[in-house]
Amino acid sequence: MTATSTPAATPAADSDSTDVLFQVDAAAVRAEIGKDRLIAMFKKMVLIRRFEERAGDCYQQKLIAGFLHLYIGQEAVATGFFDHLEPGRDASVTSYRCHAQALLAGLDPKELMAELFGKITGNVRGKGGSMHFFSKEKSMLGGHGIVGGQIPVGTGAAFSAKYKGTGGVSVTFLGDGASPQGTFHESLNMAGLWSLPAIYIVENNMYGMGTACSRAVAVRDIAAAKAPGYNLASFTFDGLDLYSSWKVAQQAVAMARKGKPVLIEAKTYRYRGHSVSDPATYRTKDELARYQALDPIERIKNDLIAAGWLTAESAEAIDEEVRERIMAAVKFSEESSEPPLSELARDVYAER
Amino acid sequence: MTTLAAPALAVPPTPPFKAPRSINNKTEPLNGFKGIPLEEGMQLVSTRMALCQALYEEMKRNESIFIMGEEVAEYNGAYKVTKDLLKEFGAKRVIDTPITESGFAGLAVGAAMTGLHPVIEFMSWNFSFPAFDQIISNASKMCYMTGGMFPIPLLMRGPNGAGPRVSSQHSHAVEALYSHFPGLIVISPSTPFDAKGLMKTALRENNPICFLENEMLYNYEQAIPTAEYLLPIGKGDIKRSGKDCTIVAISRCVHWALEAAEALAKEGIECEIVDPRTIKPLDIDLIATSVRKTSRCVVVEECYRTGGVGAEIAAQLQDLCFDDLDAPVGRVTTTENPMPYAANLENETLPKPHRIIAAVKKACYA
Repeated sequence: MTATSTPAATPAADSDSTDVLFQVDAAAVRAEIGKDRLIAMFKKMVLIRRFEERAGDCYQQKLIAGFLHLYIGQEAVATGFFDHLEPGRDASVTSYRCHAQALLAGLDPKELMAELFGKITGNVRGKGGSMHFFSKEKSMLGGHGIVGGQIPVGTGAAFSAKYKGTGGVSVTFLGDGASPQGTFHESLNMAGLWSLPAIYIVENNMYGMGTACSRAVAVRDIAAAKAPGYNLASFTFDGLDLYSSWKVAQQAVAMARKGKPVLIEAKTYRYRGHSVSDPATYRTKDELARYQALDPIERIKNDLIAAGWLTAESAEAIDEEVRERIMAAVKFSEESSEPPLSELARDVYAER
Repeated sequence: MTTLAAPALAVPPTPPFKAPRSINNKTEPLNGFKGIPLEEGMQLVSTRMALCQALYEEMKRNESIFIMGEEVAEYNGAYKVTKDLLKEFGAKRVIDTPITESGFAGLAVGAAMTGLHPVIEFMSWNFSFPAFDQIISNASKMCYMTGGMFPIPLLMRGPNGAGPRVSSQHSHAVEALYSHFPGLIVISPSTPFDAKGLMKTALRENNPICFLENEMLYNYEQAIPTAEYLLPIGKGDIKRSGKDCTIVAISRCVHWALEAAEALAKEGIECEIVDPRTIKPLDIDLIATSVRKTSRCVVVEECYRTGGVGAEIAAQLQDLCFDDLDAPVGRVTTTENPMPYAANLENETLPKPHRIIAAVKKACYA
């Protein structure tokens, strides 16, 4: 199949899905979130973007190897959701595209970058690499390398929350490419059957690896079409828009806390290939440019400037501060040691 | 292989094991999870009852344990191993699932990562194959790939090996398959005493465990202690002493080996039967000690020959006992064909006593 035979991709905002897209009044949501909280979210999005850009550079310099799946372009989705979570009480789990979720759960860029560098100071002692970021304290359950493999794990975290009566919810992120997997359907069925406090977010970035979603998934709007079949509530939103993400998350988290599981589709886009080794020749430069014109970080920055909550200078200062933090993380990673060989056999089994 | 710590309770002596009699599995009363009282602190239990007692006692002890699987609750379990647990512990802790092995195995991994100790029943280990990715990619690797952050206390259990006349898709033995992967513990007991003691220990483990029961052994009875006991994971047991040939036998094969040993004894060949009880970690020291005594070894298992447990034991024995062996290590396994339905073909596929006798005679040049 050549790229030209792939159906043309269009930005969510002017796609056929507008009839199911969650509608927000930007000014009202902006006011509801408030200045400090919005600027904090903006900072986090910049942190994710710069972390990943730097990771991509380090990969080119062969400081990082293996797989590296970048989230660039999708930042608004996870950022809007994590703003409603209490990491620790609330659990999160995602696929191999896991850098943003780990940063949003509150992990230090130093330990994450060091993990990419394969160092003992890394998040999981150099055992996991890019696809496997975790945090026990923040109930960040990975970082999973098998497409769809994390979905029942997230369901299990929701089961635990209900079993223990913690009031917590579990948020499972997955790609459009994982939605045809059996684990997705099995999990939705159990969540619906048992009224688990579970949220499933399909981040539809339009391509499952190198195959357009429209060539892999039988329906156009994944959540809208599939949620009723499993007794879940559903939302579909413009994943390039932080306000939509935040508002949908607010409603979904409230529903899940009351025991109503929710399936959500975020119409989003990734700027890079599936992984850094994918040149993404299956799409046109025009398509990429159309989405980059809708960049979620630029969009929120411009909105904050228009609202008078940010100036071009203060935005630049935030960016500069983030860049310095990332540079420090790279320096820390470079200076860290490789794992000693005694790590080879450690943690194959847990002590009782 | 990490050495697993011995449990705190003293290990009682192995009770005598007699050839079993069959009891009716449909009507066996659980009688408040008690066996039939015998004298001197002993009780008569079936393997089914022994397993049920282990689940009951450990669920009483630890509220984070729940059991989940197809028909484990209201139906009392396809093989009644979970009989009356729903009545005792309620629907919060004894949970019927849809037929969704990948889903509930993965759910159990997520539950284990968030502070619970799940028990999942595969109605048969044959049905673990839809859950294979969750067992291998998630359960077995989670502790390691998280740098020790997320151990997985998870007991996966159910009947393993060939049932009677159920043909190709319901007759797998999975000891070798799951032993292949670092991170999993594989237990395959042959008696009620072993089954109870090992399951109780398994429920105090912080690792994912494949607990392989055997449908054909659920009715087997044995006198076991009434008092609580634990058996250590990774320790085998001598099921019969002998000087001429070691037979390493697993699960149901222990009973076929005992039958073969009785026949061989009449011809003057005394076999020593070593039951490893746990396949991973494997008590190779016990096996090697026996082989140093007998100089001969035959391994009997229900797995296939290629890459089977016997292949591993033979390889380890040539490392440890190269100069002690008087004959090549023999292997009696399921023959390398999918299980056929026809009775005569099924009989010849399984490692039955007539094939064990032939293998021992070959090893003894008799």
